[in-house]
Amino acid sequence: MSTIITAGEVKATQTQPKRRTLRWIAGVAGGIVLVFAAWFGFMLYRMNYVPSDLDLSTTRLSNAGVYRVSYAPRRGSIVINQIHAWTIHVATADGQPVTDAAITVDGDMPQHGHGLPTRPQVTKHLGNGDYLVEGMKFQMGGWWVVDFTIDATGKHDTVRFNMILK
Amino acid sequence: MPSQRTLIGLAGVAVIVLATAAYLLWPRSEWNQDEIATLRGLWIGSLPALAPDPSNKVADDERAVALGQQLFFDTRLSVNGKVACASCHLPEQDFQDGKPLGQGVGTTARRTMPIAGTAYSPWLFWDGRKDSLWAQALGPLESPVEHGGSRTQYAHLIDHSYRAEYEALFGSLPNLLDSTRFPAAAGPVSDPVTRAAWDQMTPEDREAVTRIYANIGKAIAAYERKITPGPSRFDQYVEALLKGDTPTMRTAVAPDEVAGLRLFVGKAGCINCHNGPLFTNNDFHNTGVPAAPGLPGDTGRAKGVQQVLADEFNCLSKFSDAAPEDCGELRFAKSDDHALERQFKPPSLRNVAERAPYMHVGQFATLREVLEHYNRAPAAPAGHSELKPLNLSEQELGQLEAFLRSLSGPLNTPPELLAPPAPSVACLGCHPGTANQLVPADPSQP
Repeated sequence: MSTIITAGEVKATQTQPKRRTLRWIAGVAGGIVLVFAAWFGFMLYRMNYVPSDLDLSTTRLSNAGVYRVSYAPRRGSIVINQIHAWTIHVATADGQPVTDAAITVDGDMPQHGHGLPTRPQVTKHLGNGDYLVEGMKFQMGGWWVVDFTIDATGKHDTVRFNMILK
Repeated sequence: MPSQRTLIGLAGVAVIVLATAAYLLWPRSEWNQDEIATLRGLWIGSLPALAPDPSNKVADDERAVALGQQLFFDTRLSVNGKVACASCHLPEQDFQDGKPLGQGVGTTARRTMPIAGTAYSPWLFWDGRKDSLWAQALGPLESPVEHGGSRTQYAHLIDHSYRAEYEALFGSLPNLLDSTRFPAAAGPVSDPVTRAAWDQMTPEDREAVTRIYANIGKAIAAYERKITPGPSRFDQYVEALLKGDTPTMRTAVAPDEVAGLRLFVGKAGCINCHNGPLFTNNDFHNTGVPAAPGLPGDTGRAKGVQQVLADEFNCLSKFSDAAPEDCGELRFAKSDDHALERQFKPPSLRNVAERAPYMHVGQFATLREVLEHYNRAPAAPAGHSELKPLNLSEQELGQLEAFLRSLSGPLNTPPELLAPPAPSVACLGCHPGTANQLVPADPSQP
C-alpha cells in the first residue's frame, strides 16, 4: 500500500489555508472599499451642493419669452449684509426698451427658504427701459435666486436670476 | 475559484483605491482658496471704517464723544439717581451685566445686550425696534423698569449740569426755568402722573424738550461708536495664514480650535448667520430658543419691526438728521412675513465666552448648552426654527466651544473711554460707586 503523497497533493494541502487567508483579505478589503464608497456618496448627498448647470448670467429671457431682462448692482459688486440698489433693464425679446413696466421683486435661497431680508422695490423709472431697484440685501453667502415679475403693455411674465454670493 | 494571483491582484487594487480615498478624504489642516476667502471675511482686518451716521450729525464729533461719555456714566439720568447706562452696560464686563435679565429700577424682560460693534448694525435691540444707536439710547431712559425717568427731567439736568457742552454741539437751550411750562417730571411714559404732566404741555414745548432728549441720545451714540472689538487669537491666526506665516499659525491657536473653526464655517453652518468680521449679519433669525417660564410671550422681530416703523425717533422722523434716501433699511424693511415670528438678532460672537448667560432672556448658562441646543435643533415655541439637527459628536462640540473661546480679545477703544470720566464740579457723586466722594474743585473751571 503506497502512502507516498504526491507533490501535487502536498501543494494542494499546503496552500488551502493560504487561499482561505487571501480570500478573507480580499473580501475584507473589498468590503472596506464598498463601505468607503457608500459613505463618500452619502456625504456628497448630504453636503449643500448647488446644481452644476445653474445659469448665472445677468441677462436672461423671461420665462414665456416676452422680455429680455438684465440687472447690475449699482455699486459694482454685491457685498453681503449691505443694503444696496440695482439697475435693471427691461426690453422686448428683440431688444426694444420697455419704459412703462410695473415690476415686483422677490428673492430666496432655494436651500434655506428664508427669503430676502428686505422688501426691495422698483422706486424709479430711469428711462430707456432702465429701472432703479432699491432695498436689495443679502444676509449670507451661497446660492440666491432673485425673481422679477414684469407687467407692461398688457403682457405679464417673470424672470429668475441665479447668483452665488460669497 | 480565482487563482491566487487574481486574489492578490484584487487585494492590491483594493489597497490602491483605499489609499487614494484616504488621501482625498482625510481631514487636513490646510485651507483651500474658497475657505481662505471665507476666513478673510471673518478676520477683523476686514472690518471697514465706521461709516458716518446720516441721522446723527454729531456722531463723529469728539466733543459729542466727551459729553456722551459723561452722560453714559451719570446716575442722575434716572428717576432715583442710581441708574446710569453703565449700571447694566459695565465696561469691565464687555458692556453688559452677566445676568439673564437687566436690573434697573425694576427688572427688564430681556437680557442686556453688549455694545461693541453695534454702531455697524442697522437695527438695535434683540428685536430691532430701533434703527439707530441714538434712538436706542432713548428707550431705556424712559422705560419704567430701566432708568424710570422722563424727558423733562433729563432736559433740566442738561440745563443745570451740561449747558456749555450741550450748546457747543446743538446750539442754545430754550429757557426751561418756567416750571409750569416745563415740569420737573413729564414725558410720554407709563407713570400716569408723569404722563398727565406731559399731556398738559403745549405741543411746541413738548417738541423743544423732545429735541433736547434726542440730542442726549446723539451724544451717547457718539461715545458708543468708539466701542469696537479688537483682535483676538483667531485674528492672529488668520493674519498669519494670509501671510503664509506657518509658525505663528501654530502658536496663535490650538489644533482643537482650528477643528472648531472648520466646523463653524463648514458642516455646523454657524457662518450662515454669524458671518462678517463681527460674526453677526445683524439680521433676524428664529433659532427655536426656548421660552422662559414666567415671562410674557415674545414675538421678537414680528413686533419689533412694527415698533421701529412707528418710532418717534426713527430715520424718517423729524428728529433724525437724515434725508429719506439715507433711510433704505427702514423704507425697505420686511414687516409682513409670518416668518418674523420669534426671530431675534444674533449678537456679535466676539468675546462671547466672556458673556454668559446666552440668548435673549439668558436661557442658556454656558456655551456648551448653546451648542447642544443647535445640535439638537428642537422645534420653536412659536414661529418656525431655521435650525436642522447637526449630528455633531461630543468631541466636535468641544472643538466648536474651543473655537468660540478663541474669539476673545480686548476692545479697540482707548482706555480713558472704558471708565467713568474724571468727576467734574458738574458731577459730584453722580457716577456709579462715587457717591459721597469729596471731589476737589477743578482749577480749570471758572
